[in-house]
Amino acid sequence: MIAATEPVRILSKSPTDDGEGQFLEVSMGPQHPSTHGVFRMDVVLDGERIVKLKPVFGYLHRNHEKIAENETYLGSMPYTDRLDYFCSLTNNWAYALAVEKLAGIQVPERAEYIRIITAELTRFQNHAALIGFLTQDMGASGTPLMYAFRERETILDLFESLTGARMMCNYMRFGGCRVDLPAGWLDHAKQFAATLPRFLDEFERLLATNEILMARTQGVGVLSKEFAVNAGVTGPILRASGVNYDLRKVDKYGIYDRFAFKIPLGEHGDTYDRYMVRLLEMRESLNILNQALKDIPDGPIVDPKTKIRGFKPKPGEAYGRIEAPKGELGFYLISDGTPNPYRYRVRSSCMMNLTVLEELCIGRNVADVVVILGSIDIVMGEVDR
Amino acid sequence: MDEHLKTELRKQGIVATTLQELYNWGRKNSLWPLNFGLACCAIEMIAASMARYDMARFGAEVFRPSPRQADLMIVAGTVTKKMAPQVVRLYNQMAEPKYVISMGACAISGGPFKQGYNVLKGIDRYIPVDVYIPGCPPRPEALIDALMTLQKLIDKQSLTGADRPRHLQAEAPSEFIVPRFGAHDLEPPQNPEVWDAPLVNISLAGTDDAGKH
Ligand code: SF4
Repeated sequence: MIAATEPVRILSKSPTDDGEGQFLEVSMGPQHPSTHGVFRMDVVLDGERIVKLKPVFGYLHRNHEKIAENETYLGSMPYTDRLDYFCSLTNNWAYALAVEKLAGIQVPERAEYIRIITAELTRFQNHAALIGFLTQDMGASGTPLMYAFRERETILDLFESLTGARMMCNYMRFGGCRVDLPAGWLDHAKQFAATLPRFLDEFERLLATNEILMARTQGVGVLSKEFAVNAGVTGPILRASGVNYDLRKVDKYGIYDRFAFKIPLGEHGDTYDRYMVRLLEMRESLNILNQALKDIPDGPIVDPKTKIRGFKPKPGEAYGRIEAPKGELGFYLISDGTPNPYRYRVRSSCMMNLTVLEELCIGRNVADVVVILGSIDIVMGEVDR
Repeated sequence: MDEHLKTELRKQGIVATTLQELYNWGRKNSLWPLNFGLACCAIEMIAASMARYDMARFGAEVFRPSPRQADLMIVAGTVTKKMAPQVVRLYNQMAEPKYVISMGACAISGGPFKQGYNVLKGIDRYIPVDVYIPGCPPRPEALIDALMTLQKLIDKQSLTGADRPRHLQAEAPSEFIVPRFGAHDLEPPQNPEVWDAPLVNISLAGTDDAGKH
């Protein structure tokens, strides 16, 4: 299973003072089927047991922030697609939100609804794909992932007919959205949403009470409430540890206060809870989606007063954040009155969540690392930026 | 052999073929890709192997996690300078015959991140690439098209003669220099054996365009 591209070596000296016997240092990744991208873990093993785990980042450092500081504000929008490439629309939204705060732009109501619809669809496909990958890491090779990708393809079709691209949507604009919904899109979306409960039931029945899944995930990688809060963990992982913190409720950005939905919480903070929280969140997403599809009003989709060309916000700073599928995604911008930001910083949800990896893995077996990492849900494009 | 005669024979239940055709037929229909994704394009690569696009129809669904078992390397995503040595090393570890598909703008030239200080401007600086797929990300159909292009290329290869493929030439290299981090950049910045810097004439003086920009 381990395809190390670095040599495996026996440590002559033990890494801890009280260690006995020999420790094996193994480098998992950066080319490793379970690392979800180019991520490396330097693992020190005592037999099968993890003694030490050092994450090594930077294999996908694409200079996003530096490039953005030399780009116009709008010019960075396509780059945000490529942060967390599963969820381009939520990335767009977080960035648009930050710029709107910076420049004091209002968003028309219809655009807010479109944003919520696309964001919830994004959340849905992200969680479905994640569960597929997670179970694939546990050895359920293919089947759940195929089911997840079947739904994902339909969602991508909706995105494509709306934005012109399957993955890199580049859809949100400051003060609204780029284009209006094409004719018939809402009906398509409604029809699709009507099929989702069946998919969810099927997906849940397929896995939730599966004996192997429960054995591999329950009690594995327990993240305590306090530690999660202290480490700055956000998103489904935090909620799986039982902390009721969801920016959709806390910040009520956009128009989330108009929708009735629940926040699923875990009890144990183990991998099974993280899996279950996502499954339940998909149901809540569907719930929001249905309400939004029903209530969406007519009207403009972009604030007509916003200047797209020659956009220069007044000097100042702003931090815009949203509840992205993986956690709190924030953009911090400093404007010095020129067409490009003076400082552009991404608060990446996956990166912060990844910092607890060692804590979750110490004392577990090698095979558990793969599952724990899968349940954290990382995308290297956002971790390394 | 005459195509007409071949068809006639086939009708009688006799299959006539040459060793070369058989050999190429076998290779082109069981390309096992390396299970190796770098960035966003890899997601489209996964999508291509899922039920809707189903790369298995072309004999290329067996994604192998180990380079020793793979024939095809799909470089799907941005190759950073930190990752480039690993990519070249993985390529070196693959057994001949081996092929490379460079998927997406990033793998071809650095793509949208070309201006980045940490981004390699195209994996073809270090390893020979057989098929390029433009796009950011290319659609799964484009990947399938690239696969079919590669199959056609393999089909055309002759086993003997001066233009025989690399893996049949004893003196041709199958491993390439693995770059290292130097003081400022990867060293060497490119492998001259596989990559020629294209000559670009940047002087505008004397042309009609001069001064317009
Ligand atoms: S070409 Fe585009 S989609 Fe592919 S890796 Fe590069 S940025 Fe991502």
